[in-house]
Amino acid sequence: MKPAVLTGEHFITGDVACAEGALAAGCRFFAGYPITPATEIAEHMASRLPGVGGTFIQMEDEIAAMAAILGASCAGVKSMTATSGPGFSLMMENLGLGICTETPCVLVNVQRAGPSTGLPTLGAQGDMMQARWGSHGHYEIISLSPASPQELFYQTITAFNLSERYRTPVLIMTDEVIGHLSERVIIPGESSIKTQSRPAPRGRKDRFKPFQPGPNGVPPMAIAGDGYRIHVTGLTHDEKGYPVMTTEAQVDMMDRLTSKIRRNLKDIVITERYRLDDAEFAIISYGVSARSSLAAVDEAREIGIKAGLLRLVTVWPFPEEQVRKLAERVKGLVTVEINLGQVHLEVERCSGGRAPVYLVGHAGGTVISPEHIIETLKQAKGR
Amino acid sequence: MEKGKPRLEHPIDGLLRTDRIPHIWCPGCGIGTAFSSCLVAIQAGGTDLSKTVMVSGIGCSGRAAGYIKLDSYHTTHGRAIPFATGMKLANPDLNVIVFSGDGDLFAIGGNHFIHAARRNMDLTVVCVNNLNYGMTGGQAAATTPTMAKTTTTPMGNPESPFNLPLMAYASGATYVARWTILHTRDLTKAIEEALSRRGFSFIEVLAPCPTSYGRRNKEKPLDTLKIYQERTITKNGAHPAEATLDYQRSITLGKFVDHERPTFAEMYDKICRPQAPQDRKKAV
Repeated sequence: MKPAVLTGEHFITGDVACAEGALAAGCRFFAGYPITPATEIAEHMASRLPGVGGTFIQMEDEIAAMAAILGASCAGVKSMTATSGPGFSLMMENLGLGICTETPCVLVNVQRAGPSTGLPTLGAQGDMMQARWGSHGHYEIISLSPASPQELFYQTITAFNLSERYRTPVLIMTDEVIGHLSERVIIPGESSIKTQSRPAPRGRKDRFKPFQPGPNGVPPMAIAGDGYRIHVTGLTHDEKGYPVMTTEAQVDMMDRLTSKIRRNLKDIVITERYRLDDAEFAIISYGVSARSSLAAVDEAREIGIKAGLLRLVTVWPFPEEQVRKLAERVKGLVTVEINLGQVHLEVERCSGGRAPVYLVGHAGGTVISPEHIIETLKQAKGR
Repeated sequence: MEKGKPRLEHPIDGLLRTDRIPHIWCPGCGIGTAFSSCLVAIQAGGTDLSKTVMVSGIGCSGRAAGYIKLDSYHTTHGRAIPFATGMKLANPDLNVIVFSGDGDLFAIGGNHFIHAARRNMDLTVVCVNNLNYGMTGGQAAATTPTMAKTTTTPMGNPESPFNLPLMAYASGATYVARWTILHTRDLTKAIEEALSRRGFSFIEVLAPCPTSYGRRNKEKPLDTLKIYQERTITKNGAHPAEATLDYQRSITLGKFVDHERPTFAEMYDKICRPQAPQDRKKAV
């Protein structure tokens, strides 16, 4: 039987790397529903999980898949689901339940072009705003966008660790291109993989308040069957977990749910800088589009345009400070993404008029070429 | 309850979040009776209470999870069963009870119900059927009788209702029973029996909703109970297809199905991990 951590060098797709990352992170429950281009994650988990003491179940739809991973997590097992646009829409309902009940889990969206059934086999990054605001009500969300199968492996582990640390669902917003791309993936030894678990309750069980925050704003989590006899609800609730239908309770709960993310941005936000120190034009991109952007930076410099790249690994919460600082000193900000301007809206907001903003976008179905980015850089420089 | 007057101990107080009483259920509502039957069954069954969990969806019956003093999860509308599925599979030592209403389990949650029954997921599902959506003010449900008046069928319901035991049986449930809140002994015994067995157990509990349903259908709370007394017939072992539910003529009650079939978890262990199951890795 294969071990949970497949230490060694592999040539695998992003989808498989994501599944392996989940196993290495300690994920032992996967509920899913087949959907292109995320099916391979479910297939890989179906074959791997039973061998490491975990459970795979194919549910009747994505609504059920999302509900099941929340149930599993409440019973103390790290859990994950994976889907694409249409399934992501169905998962929005219980994503909200996960946020409200502070239930750790990981939801992977291997994005394809939409709206509706769209282009099932072709990539896009059109669900980025849905990732931010797709479930009803106001909330904070953590969302990561890796740019290679190798990074998908590592960031899946990060996603689990963040979800456990902050007791919140974490999204991995990858795309069809990265999901189906085969590359070298190195899986390190088990001892070098750091995994984290949700804060555990201490003290008398009968006095435990399941939603009383700990030092970093995150409440310790009691597990079903541990004898705490907790109540958990998607209704607005107090520290005891009891529903309270008042404005005050809503304000208190929302303040805690949002501030546990907002106050820990330094820990959550991951970005990567490339040739930005002397850059006149800063490209802001993520996922597969960051790869095109990387090539464009080097090519642009060869023709005398000083470009650099701020690659967003964490897209939500949005790296506002990093973008604001760039806006203060560059001649232009260029967002590169496979949609018609979603994260671009955030870039525009953070630039606050201090630097002109440009979008290199596409409706979906293909990656953005470096040439396309160079064209925009030339226009920006020529202005 | 009068304020200032000390509340007397009740035999099932240990299973109640007494700090949350009074509950939200209306006078004449049947959910409280179904709920207390459930509590008595849990207590009588002698199961490990710290390993017993209640999962509810949304609606009047869905509030039960908020009153039981066990680990309890009040989830989203219709999704109690898939949530409970994840919970049971993650920790097979848990006894998981789904307590919810007809609108929750059979309209918005109907798909989840039939698939959990098909898989023979080891859950006990108690459905309080009050023939309408009570919490939102009495709209038609998938269980509302034809011609019955509700706020969304003001001229009478043009649709046909589900026969829940038949649906449960056809979907693969291995224990199926129907009782009313007037038949509390049978109901309590059924829940106790369901809790002690493996597999997908389904118990339909007919209950009056005088505020929303009865009012519009000229049925006072006692009228409904009279129907339960006079027009019901107990036929244990009857085929679920013959479990009639005709409020004008005859309502068939009883335990209709009780047979053994491997559960999802048993089949998964056998087919997918024939080796001795390893310790499931806990997050904490």
